[in-house]
Amino acid sequence: MSPFPGHYSYAVTIFLMIAGLYIVIARGNLIKKLVGLAIFQTSVYLLYIAPGKLIGGTAPIVDARYAVYSNPLPHVLILTAIVVGIATLALGLALVVRIREAYGSIEEDEILEQDRASASEEHGRAA
Amino acid sequence: MIGEHLPALQVVVPLVAAPLIVLARRGAAAWLIATIASFVSLAIALALFVEVREAGVVSYALGSWAPPWGIEYRIDAANSVVLVLVALLASFVAPYAWRSAAFEVPEDQHYLCYAMFCLCLAGLLGIAITGDAFNLFVFLEISSLSSYVLIALGRDRRALLSAYQYLIVGTIGATFYVIGVGLLYLETGTLNIADLAARVAEVGTERPVLAALAFITVGLSLKLALFPLHFWLPNAYAYAPSIVSAFLAGTATKVSIYALLRFYFSVFGAHELFEVLPMGAILLALSVAAMMLASLGAVFQDNLKHMLAYSSVGQIGYITFGISLANQPALTGSVVHLVNHGVTKTALFLLAGAVAFRVRSVRFERLGGLARAMPLTCAGIVAGGFSLIGVPGTAGFVSKWYFVLGALEAGSWSMAFLPVVSSLIALWYMWRFVEVAYFRAPGPALAGVKEAPPALLVPSLALIAVTVFFGLDAPLTVGAAAQAAQVLLGGIR
Repeated sequence: MSPFPGHYSYAVTIFLMIAGLYIVIARGNLIKKLVGLAIFQTSVYLLYIAPGKLIGGTAPIVDARYAVYSNPLPHVLILTAIVVGIATLALGLALVVRIREAYGSIEEDEILEQDRASASEEHGRAA
Repeated sequence: MIGEHLPALQVVVPLVAAPLIVLARRGAAAWLIATIASFVSLAIALALFVEVREAGVVSYALGSWAPPWGIEYRIDAANSVVLVLVALLASFVAPYAWRSAAFEVPEDQHYLCYAMFCLCLAGLLGIAITGDAFNLFVFLEISSLSSYVLIALGRDRRALLSAYQYLIVGTIGATFYVIGVGLLYLETGTLNIADLAARVAEVGTERPVLAALAFITVGLSLKLALFPLHFWLPNAYAYAPSIVSAFLAGTATKVSIYALLRFYFSVFGAHELFEVLPMGAILLALSVAAMMLASLGAVFQDNLKHMLAYSSVGQIGYITFGISLANQPALTGSVVHLVNHGVTKTALFLLAGAVAFRVRSVRFERLGGLARAMPLTCAGIVAGGFSLIGVPGTAGFVSKWYFVLGALEAGSWSMAFLPVVSSLIALWYMWRFVEVAYFRAPGPALAGVKEAPPALLVPSLALIAVTVFFGLDAPLTVGAAAQAAQVLLGGIR
């Protein structure tokens, strides 16, 4: 087992991961759910980037003077993941705006209540 | 010259079509571009399919960066089948969209609908074609983000909430997948799937690899709607516009299943890994639950589209059932069923769209006596239903035959009965439609309802004909699937 202090970045990552996922599941407010989702996605950025950094490491320059370098690939990957995360958040928020226009609420339980009410109405009309 | 760049063009053509459509803006031009892009994709997919038959593996280094450093597009017997399936279904849905989208999507959003359709197609083809685990995540998100938009285009306001729920679940799934890939990258230092396979074997059963296996399984299971992670699917398919439910039902879950196959057999092929984590047993239990419970769920729906969506979850259970048995006939069954069910379910959703077009509802209580008003549509739905049940002469029979063979090869008589029992449940829910459409007196909702217009009927019935063709000419699909199964099982060490 490796000593804990050397791996504190993983502890932070896992805390953010679980906190984000908890918010998504536990909160009924559609905006808060998206905030949780964003935290959850952010934790993954850390998961990729933190191990790529070596203390004292430089950019990967092929030269006799630089022996220790950090891995740049995770940064590039996460740049892509950040773009994906922003697109997801923007689309999610746009959907919440439309939901607010259609239902007049952003609380999941109130919206589901309205759906149940209109479903039983539909049923009653047809019968 | 252009021939060697076919793998890149497979994704680039629909990807470029999307911004072109936004520039064109006019509905007719937008539709034309989307349709042409779909047909071109199909032509490329077929050309690649033929090339793979001859060459075995086609590898394409994107931007001439040699794998494993650069992104590799790698086509073998397994994913060439998936490429053809996705492009084929897009080519049937696109012509159908002309009348259907005009009716179901507000006119000022037509071009956006077609643009999203092309993006979704590009994403799905990308997932199938890429040989890079992180690139797969990017394509997964391209296809998912566009499908959230497509679902939200539905007229019913419940489409918005379904799209939102799908967005939450889909993002959690994709993030789980990317966590798994990240752990694999930390452990092996590579993202190329073929390279990962070799290095994971060296690493053995280290804990991060096990965690990666767990994360990737759960993430992809959310995407492919494995029971009990399917809760997002029925509402998303039921309230989306008909073309969207038809396209996604046949392709989105199937492509995720392909990604799972790729990881299970090509990357985590090592036996020890599956001894430490009993994935096969877990997958088997969930598949059986899907085949029984989700199919039973389909029986109790009061809406045709909901019924078809629950039936999809049940049919996905068949495919994962074959994966969990992991022998040659069972895996052949899985790949064949991936194709057969994709074709069948898309055809059924297209016909359900034709019903929605005329009756303006797909609730069973409004569909009483439908067969008299729309005889061809109803006959098509019944023929598609035969394929879901697995009646000989339809595509569904072929795949179920291989599942039974697979279960027998695994040495279990009792498991061989499971697909049969599930087929009886399928018979039960399809009977409900037959009872409503053929044996009830036409209700007031059907006053003045005519047969669907040819623009809707021709693509849907043509796809039903493909279902029957795949049932009668089984060697065609089974041959391709057997090769795919062989390639996948070759990854097991």
